[in-house]
Amino acid sequence: MVLKVFFPSCCSSADSGILIGRWISEQNSAVILAVVHFPFIPVQVKQYLGEVQRVTKVSVSVLGSWSNSKQEKEESLSEFLEDLGTIFCHEPWIQISKEGDSKFWSCSTLQKHSKNPQEEEIILVYYDQRKVMLSHLHPPLDTAGQRTEDASKLSAIFDTVARSQVLFMTDRYDEGPIKLTHWQSDGVEASIIVELLKQASVPACMLLTLLLSLVSGICRSRVLKFWPLSFLWSKLSTCEQLGHRLQHLQVISSSKKAQNQNQLMRKANIFVSLLIDVALGILLMSWLYRKNRIGHLADTLIPVADHVAEELQDLLQWLMGAPAGLKMNRALDQVLGRFFLYHIHLWISYIHLLSPFIEMILWYVGLSACLGLTVALCILSDIIALLTFHIYCFYVYGARLYCLKIYGLSSLWRLFRGKKWNVLRQRVDSCSYDLDQLFIGTLLFTILLFLLPTTALYYLVFTLLRLLVVIVQGLIHLLVDLIDSLPLYSLILRLCRSYRLAAGVKFRVLEQQDGKPLRLLMQINPLSYGGVVQTYRLPTYSCYPRDSWASLCKKLFLGELIYPWKHKGDKQN
Amino acid sequence: MAEERRFRSASGVPITLRRRQHSASCRELAVRGPRLQLRSLSAATSAVWLAAYGLFALSENSMVLSAAIFITLIGLIIYLHFVKIDQESLLVIGSLGIQVTSSYASGKESTVFIEMGQVKDVVINEAIHMQKVIYYLCILLQDPEDPQGISEVVPLFQSSKPRLDCLIEVYKSCQEILERRKTAPQSI
Repeated sequence: MVLKVFFPSCCSSADSGILIGRWISEQNSAVILAVVHFPFIPVQVKQYLGEVQRVTKVSVSVLGSWSNSKQEKEESLSEFLEDLGTIFCHEPWIQISKEGDSKFWSCSTLQKHSKNPQEEEIILVYYDQRKVMLSHLHPPLDTAGQRTEDASKLSAIFDTVARSQVLFMTDRYDEGPIKLTHWQSDGVEASIIVELLKQASVPACMLLTLLLSLVSGICRSRVLKFWPLSFLWSKLSTCEQLGHRLQHLQVISSSKKAQNQNQLMRKANIFVSLLIDVALGILLMSWLYRKNRIGHLADTLIPVADHVAEELQDLLQWLMGAPAGLKMNRALDQVLGRFFLYHIHLWISYIHLLSPFIEMILWYVGLSACLGLTVALCILSDIIALLTFHIYCFYVYGARLYCLKIYGLSSLWRLFRGKKWNVLRQRVDSCSYDLDQLFIGTLLFTILLFLLPTTALYYLVFTLLRLLVVIVQGLIHLLVDLIDSLPLYSLILRLCRSYRLAAGVKFRVLEQQDGKPLRLLMQINPLSYGGVVQTYRLPTYSCYPRDSWASLCKKLFLGELIYPWKHKGDKQN
Repeated sequence: MAEERRFRSASGVPITLRRRQHSASCRELAVRGPRLQLRSLSAATSAVWLAAYGLFALSENSMVLSAAIFITLIGLIIYLHFVKIDQESLLVIGSLGIQVTSSYASGKESTVFIEMGQVKDVVINEAIHMQKVIYYLCILLQDPEDPQGISEVVPLFQSSKPRLDCLIEVYKSCQEILERRKTAPQSI
């Protein structure tokens, strides 16, 4: 049987004493947490360990003896250390001794009640106590949730060191009966800035909570729930984004301390993400307002809208002629074309009505970019949606006409074959029609069939335009989602303090000498960047994609209206 | 104690297997592939630069040349850091676990440690790779719910792809250590 001893590398140069730590009998391994130096009174040591056990719920006990002799091995010391084994009875009693500056230590065990007296092999594993204490072990992502107690042996070791923090609070300058050596025995480290921030965060959180409750109270007031306004809020993506950020602020400003690692990282990620967002937004704002760029933007907005409308008019004139050499039905063509042209004319008039106010509106709306870059991008997306509203209208008209035509055609086609759609049973049944029904049905079918190319062409052109606008809006939303969900704090932590996020451990074999135990160095294997993003991604409010490609194509073919993205609050249909 | 032997990979490239026994229950097996050759590197660079000069002669735009240099440098860095694996090693520590390390040409090392409790067995398996059937060594991981089942298969030495004779040597070394955990009365 192999005995594994996990020894902290900070205790390598400690003076002689006894080893305290945790013995994990299922794994036959001993995790050493600290060294207690002479002189000590055994009763006091046992009392101290009992207190530590009560506070940390880790079964800390005396595991063995450690002797660090600067000169040759002393026989009396070794006998004294063996006698200690009888006072603190522990099975097995581990004895580690180091001579001078030698790297190779001798390690032996004393078994009083063992049945097989064979010599067992000892593996000495060095570990960096501070890093193991601060690190958080991540289970593999696919089996998360199925991990039981005995599944991961290493997590027991990480757990032991992390929970024994109270043991590391006493350093060698403290006056007390017990003198310990561990990673903080040279003095407890702390940072003034961190302490000051902790003190300042409590009143800041309370203030923020107050402000947020005011704002959310206003948002929930009945005034804003009337029909036109509530419809408008649900359609504008800026309001969704603002609501999302409000939620984030509520999470950060809550006064409850984070229970576990996940919640702490989530809070930190949200905080850093908000900070970076607002910083980028203010940068954008300062760039926009310098040299009156926003005024120039407002000045170019109307000519751009005019230009788009002119292009649409040209397109319609082209469709009314012989587009791509196809021959259209002259009458229907003229009707549809004139209808859409009049629509564009109305739209241009409305835009021109608004043109004196555009600059002022844009100036004030641009100020809201200080709430964050994501808000600015959402406003951009909304402005694009508003400016291309006529394209959306045309798409809806074209789609409805085409949809009506397709349904009419399919129903009359069934009439041709003598069948009927049974609504009650949701299937196609045969039916005998009268002669006049057949006659009218055939006439209508022919009319619809020959008018199909014209309608289909209009539908095709306007669907393509609509898809173009949707793609542009989709890209902007993708960028907003990226900024929203990227866990920046975790990524920076992975870059700077990679031992905090551990995917596992790695062992390095150190120099060996025959007759001495096997020496290994245990280091922390950090999580990959992809793993960090996957584990700590912040949830967003939209889900992609709404339809699969097949259903999208089917909808396009039938003329049903498509809404490429949905939000988590929408009802499923 | 260390020993080295030469073998061939599945595609005929010469590789070396180095075996080190650190202690009775700890063995390290490393398969080293051939290093990056200077002539293939210079051939690739010259080809890219000749193409760039040709484009420059056609288009008279000096951006093409700087773009070619940039592409060559970035491509070389990406190749050395992410693609070219120099050495793959297997460290078997009885009662702790198995550690699989891949060292890249730029010095980067990517390590995976599998605890002994999760390892069911180490076996040699056959696979169809492109147009060949090759042998490969893999670690079978235990399914926590089903004691007879296998939850995952971890293939080893994927970039050097040694042939069967090399794999048999590695297999024998691993099994000597893995056998001991079955004879031990308590599981580890």
